[in-house]
Formats: sequence, structure tokens, C-alpha cells
Amino acid sequence: MRRGLALSAAGLLGVGGVYVLAIGFTPVEARQGLAQKIFYLHVPAAWCALLAFSIVGIASALYLWLKDPRLDRFAAASAEVGVAFSAVMLTTGPIWAKPIWGTWWTWDARLTLTLFVFFLFIGYLALRAALHDPAERARFSAVVGILGMLLVPFVHLSVYLFRTLHPQPIVLKPSAPSLPPEMLTTLLVSTLVFTVLYLGFVTASYGLALADEAREEARDAG
Amino acid sequence: MPDSLRLALVIAAKDIRAELRSRTALQSALVFAALVLVVFNFARDPTALAATDLAPSALWVTFALAAMVALNRAFNVERENAALDGLLLAPVPREALFLGKLLANLAFVGTVELVTLPLFMLFFNVSLGHALPGLIGVAALATVGFVAVGTIFSAMAVRTRFAELMLPVLLLPFMVPPLIAAVQVTSRLLADRPLSEMWGWLRLLALYDIVFVTLCMMTFPAVVDE
Repeated sequence: MRRGLALSAAGLLGVGGVYVLAIGFTPVEARQGLAQKIFYLHVPAAWCALLAFSIVGIASALYLWLKDPRLDRFAAASAEVGVAFSAVMLTTGPIWAKPIWGTWWTWDARLTLTLFVFFLFIGYLALRAALHDPAERARFSAVVGILGMLLVPFVHLSVYLFRTLHPQPIVLKPSAPSLPPEMLTTLLVSTLVFTVLYLGFVTASYGLALADEAREEARDAG
Repeated sequence: MPDSLRLALVIAAKDIRAELRSRTALQSALVFAALVLVVFNFARDPTALAATDLAPSALWVTFALAAMVALNRAFNVERENAALDGLLLAPVPREALFLGKLLANLAFVGTVELVTLPLFMLFFNVSLGHALPGLIGVAALATVGFVAVGTIFSAMAVRTRFAELMLPVLLLPFMVPPLIAAVQVTSRLLADRPLSEMWGWLRLLALYDIVFVTLCMMTFPAVVDE
């Protein structure tokens, strides 16, 4: 818990640093102007959201195999944090899209995919909240986690057959990244910072769940 | 496996027999589906949008909502008098139990869809003609996938406080890929397009069915066994 808070604090400080870098260090993009700056928050948030959800799927599968309650707690913490990062991704996206695309929202492949992943994990957390028995909650949410992980490629495939408007990858692509070194450095720093933030949040949330369980046990013991 | 299959059929037959004796759920689901179709007709501006443009989406939203109503029922009936415990005590492999429940749900949802189809033709002024076998085929292909996921979620949802709400929240994201594919194929079928234009979507539907029926069958024991 304490470690989680310390990591989160470090991450938050880092976010401050990213703001400084994004505003002072990176050049203004020629065509998009200042709107492009949101990229340094949007892309790392999206990265963390997808990381969080992949980890939920993997932890769920491992839970059904090993039946270790730590895995279940870990998956739950990761889902919670993933929802938070998705919310950042889904709000920064439209703010950028309005001046650049001329619309807040479009039913583009990647937008639809992330929106549904977001809904999926809201459902995951809602199910957890609606169940009392910890063992049952762990088994049920593990099943949803696994099914959810396999749903993602299907949503991607089905919405991809509609044309996509989202900018194509500029960093992770076969040829060299096609952006100025200042931009790339800032993006990489930001991604690192967000990952630290993710780890901090998950550790804190995990500690909170542990403390909660201890409290329940103490109450039941009288 | 033949033994499991026989057991699955026994379980499905039990569910269907129970449903045929009361018929309440089936009747409500049918009336519900008809009402959704009617509502859809008024949700459209007739001067701006032709009925045929809206027809494929209206059909599939109706099917999806009717399936949701039907799936809510699937494990609710097992809750009364702890019937599920009895089923679980019987020497039935969990896979067979899941398959039986899935078959019963498919029979239920399939009946609703088959009855809705003529109503759809009537209300939306669509003459299906030679598109009918194709439409039934794609309906079967799409329905198998989301009913499989719905069956396992329905078993989970009955254990929660707001079961009627929990099922749609969990299931709707899973309905999206089959619904998108089914709407695309349906509109191409209605427009008499060649099979080659639907092939990609049909493969997606088949893949979805294979992946999710297998996965649900594998994870079902984790839902019912303590």
C-alpha cells in the first residue's frame, strides 16, 4: 500500500515533468499546431489502458488454473486502473479530434474498439461489485476476463472492415519512427511515466483490497 | 462424447418441455419482439429514410433484445427450488450441462427469431424471396455465438442482485461483433449482392462461433462448481 502510494506519487511528479517537456521542449507540429501536444498524454494513456486490460486477461486465465487469490486481486486492481486510463484516453481523444477531424467522435475502428473494451471492463467491475462471496466473485470475474480478452480481436476485426480514420502508427511500425527526436523522447518519457503510474495505482489498489479483506475478516471474527 | 451429447439433449429436452408447459416466457418474448419492431417503425422519419434502409438494423436489434429477454430466463428457472443444485448433483459432465442449456436457449431464441421474421417482412415491406435461406443461415450463424456467451453470463447473472440488468451490461459488448457482421450480411442479402461480398463477414461469424462455444464450454465448470 505504502509502496503503491510512493510509486503513484513518483508517477504524478513525472506527469508534471511530461507537461514541462511537452510545452517547453517539443516543437509545435506544423499542420496540427498546439492540438498535437495532447498526443503526449493520449498515447501513453492508451498504452496503459491496453496493458492493464491484457494483464486482466492473463491474470484471469492464470487464476482459473492456479486458483491463487492474489491473481484475482491483481486482476481486479488492474481492471480498475485500466478503466481510469481508458477514461483519460477517451476524453483526450475527442478534445484533439474536434479541431483536427472536425468532430468529437467518429465510429472509426480504433475508437469503437477502445470504447467497447472500456464498456467490457465497466461490466467486469459491475459484476464484481454485485457478488459477495469472494471465491465466487473470483471465479466469475476470471471467466469474464478471459472471454473479454478474446473478444478484443473480434471487435477489432469487425470494426476494421469499416474504414479507419485514426492516425496510423508512427512509432511502432516496420520503418523507423517518423517524428522529430524531441517528440519521440517526450513520448517515450511520457510512456515510461504512465507505466510507473499504472504500477503505482495497481500496487495501491491491491494493498487497499488486502486491507479491506483483513477488515472483513476481523469483523467476521468479532 | 456421444454419451455427453445424449445427456445434453436430455437436458435441452427438459428445458424445452418445461417451457412448453408454461409458455409464459416464450409468449412474452414474442410479444416483446413484435413491440420492438413496431417501435422501430416509429423511430424513423418516413420522409427521410426508407423502411428498407433501416430494415437490417431493425431486424438485428430486435433479435438481440429478444435474445436478451430469453437468456434472462435460462438460469432463473433453475434458481427456483434450487433446481440447479439438483442438476449439478446428477452425474452429468459440466460440458454436457452447458451444451444442453445452450441447445435449449438456441431453440428458444430460434423460435422467437422465426416468428419475428414474417412480422418483419410485413412491417418493413421487405419481400425476402430467395434471400430467405441465406437469411436463416446467417441468423443461425450469428445466434449460436452470442447465445453461447449469453448462456454462461446468464448462469453468472442469476447469482447477482440485479440479474436483469447485469446480463445486458455484460453481454452487449459481446454481441457487437456478431451483430455488425449479421447486419452487413443481411443488407447485402436484401440487395441481392453476390456471395463474395459477404464471405469475409461469414468467416468472422464462423470463427466467433468456434472460439466462443469452445471457450464457454471450457470455462463453464468454473461458473457452476464451487
